[in-house]
Amino acid sequence: MKILTGNDLRTGAVVWWSGAGWSLFVDDAVDVGDDAQEILAREEAARRVNVPYAIEASLDEAGHVRPAHIKDRVRALGPTVRRDLAVPTAQKTGWDWVI
Amino acid sequence: MYRYDLYDQQMVDARVAEFRDQARRRLEGKLTEDQFKPLRLMNGLYLQLHAYMLRVAIPYGTLSSRQMEALADIADKYDRGYGHFTTRQNIQYNWIRLEDAADALEDLSKVEMHAIQTSGNCIRNISSDHFAGAAHDEVADPRPYAELLRQWSSFHPEFTYLPRKFKIAVIASEKDRAAMRLHDIGIRIVSRDGELGAQFYVGGGMGRTPMIAPLVRDFVPLDQLVTYAEACLRVYNRYGRRDNKYKARIKILVHELGAEEYTRQVEEEFAHLLSVGVEPPREELARIAAFFADPPFAEGARVIDRSDPDFALWVDRNTHRHKHDAYVSAVISLKPVGGIPGDATSEQMRLVARLARDYSFDELRVMHTQNLLLPHVAIADLPALWAELDAAGLGSPNMDTIEDIIACPGLDYCSLANARSIPLAQRISERFAATGRTGELGELKLKISGCINACGHHHAGHIGILGVDKKGTENYQLSLGGSEAEDVALARITGPGFDEDGVIAAVEKVTDVYLAAREQGERFLDTYRRIGMEPFKEALYG
Repeated sequence: MKILTGNDLRTGAVVWWSGAGWSLFVDDAVDVGDDAQEILAREEAARRVNVPYAIEASLDEAGHVRPAHIKDRVRALGPTVRRDLAVPTAQKTGWDWVI
Repeated sequence: MYRYDLYDQQMVDARVAEFRDQARRRLEGKLTEDQFKPLRLMNGLYLQLHAYMLRVAIPYGTLSSRQMEALADIADKYDRGYGHFTTRQNIQYNWIRLEDAADALEDLSKVEMHAIQTSGNCIRNISSDHFAGAAHDEVADPRPYAELLRQWSSFHPEFTYLPRKFKIAVIASEKDRAAMRLHDIGIRIVSRDGELGAQFYVGGGMGRTPMIAPLVRDFVPLDQLVTYAEACLRVYNRYGRRDNKYKARIKILVHELGAEEYTRQVEEEFAHLLSVGVEPPREELARIAAFFADPPFAEGARVIDRSDPDFALWVDRNTHRHKHDAYVSAVISLKPVGGIPGDATSEQMRLVARLARDYSFDELRVMHTQNLLLPHVAIADLPALWAELDAAGLGSPNMDTIEDIIACPGLDYCSLANARSIPLAQRISERFAATGRTGELGELKLKISGCINACGHHHAGHIGILGVDKKGTENYQLSLGGSEAEDVALARITGPGFDEDGVIAAVEKVTDVYLAAREQGERFLDTYRRIGMEPFKEALYG
């Protein structure tokens, strides 16, 4: 699947395209399929998110969204060495899938 | 310490106001990210993996207690209660919001600090020996010269858009504690026949193409220091490559021209500039130097009670000989076993600020090794100082040991990184602390970078580790034999890389080889140089 991500303009927080807006939780990311470029162009113009881009991802057996690249998996949860600062997603899904 | 004059303050205040307006326009959608990015970077505001990151300049690593307290306040007010001290003697905040960034800069300006020249293709914050002004072996305090160069380089109209970033280090002793020859320009203040002058080394650096700077001029009279630096920069600005960012650093120009031809061109430019007269008046250097006068040292005890073995170990490892016999410089380790190298909480920063006030004439330093330093501590005060540090978890006795690991933020924070650095540092320090071999190994500098940009100085590690991306997984290259000191050398890669567990085991194996082969008094680096790479490779891959 193809999902969209970027960093929130105001806070810099990692965000994921949910279909209706931008979410802090990677599990909210939706498969944008062939619409990636159109959504990216629209969202770039809206200037709410810094340099949004498309990445490859997959769904695990439980239906959780898992970015393909390690860098985006780290972005999805937060620094692996400061788990106390992780986004709330980490409390639900654990860290096993990050590395 | 240098204090801003009215002009300095107005310059910084004007920049804060300018950035506040730029950030407002970006937040209102009137600037695109492409338009805004170079503006925020000129003010040290990066966008990293998880958030904006603000890198604050700490000129030549020197701070007052008041400034350190302000850094702690910024960590609490605008970040998440901590900061990260870097290998360029700066501090980074990892969680700054764009809407708060101008306020953070304004708070910095109130304590004569800023984030200018911590990014972009300009002359970056100038670094120096962390023992400057305190070391027993320096011919002069290098900081007045670093400050003079800082003032010359700040907003220099000719050098604001260089081909690439430009880093200068200034030292004043034979011992190199600032990785001087791994800078674009490394300056060593020397004394010849009673006259002070500057050796210029040009074209060093780490990154993807590490090079050791060759000597370009053996003695520049100090009243021509800025003129010579300007000549070096002018030749680079004119001929440095702008078509390829990977070949744009001055080290590539010096390498491709050859040191001799580069020097010839610099000398030609230097002669021209001498005729123009660009050197600041001597009065300006004297004005600056007055800020760096010695504090009022007092006579006192030269010896102390060493009956507490933990205290004695800390004194042996973490204190450094001072130019005054009744004082030492004391390293405050930011490398607790299993900790994150260079990270300090706001509470720790405030404690260190108070200790600097109580024990070090209100002054402290940031070391390129990601530790802090109290430069002037009376020997008689060491027991009390250590007791406070130890109680706060800041008393690790590990300077220059295998637990004193330099590690960049790596893939846990950095958008450029390919692999994580910090977890390796944590696990290696835990492993060696658990085995009790840290002391037995002696001086052993281990440095870890999470990508080829080498912020973790892996090229200069006695043992270096470079994280790479191998088909989407973390992989680590091991290298041996580097040094950033006066015996400067670039480390050599041992062979194929390792996964995380593998590289930690590999570090243990190379230390085994060292312990088995070392001769009396040899450091790891000495043994490596004597026996070469082969025994280590045999242990790793044989």
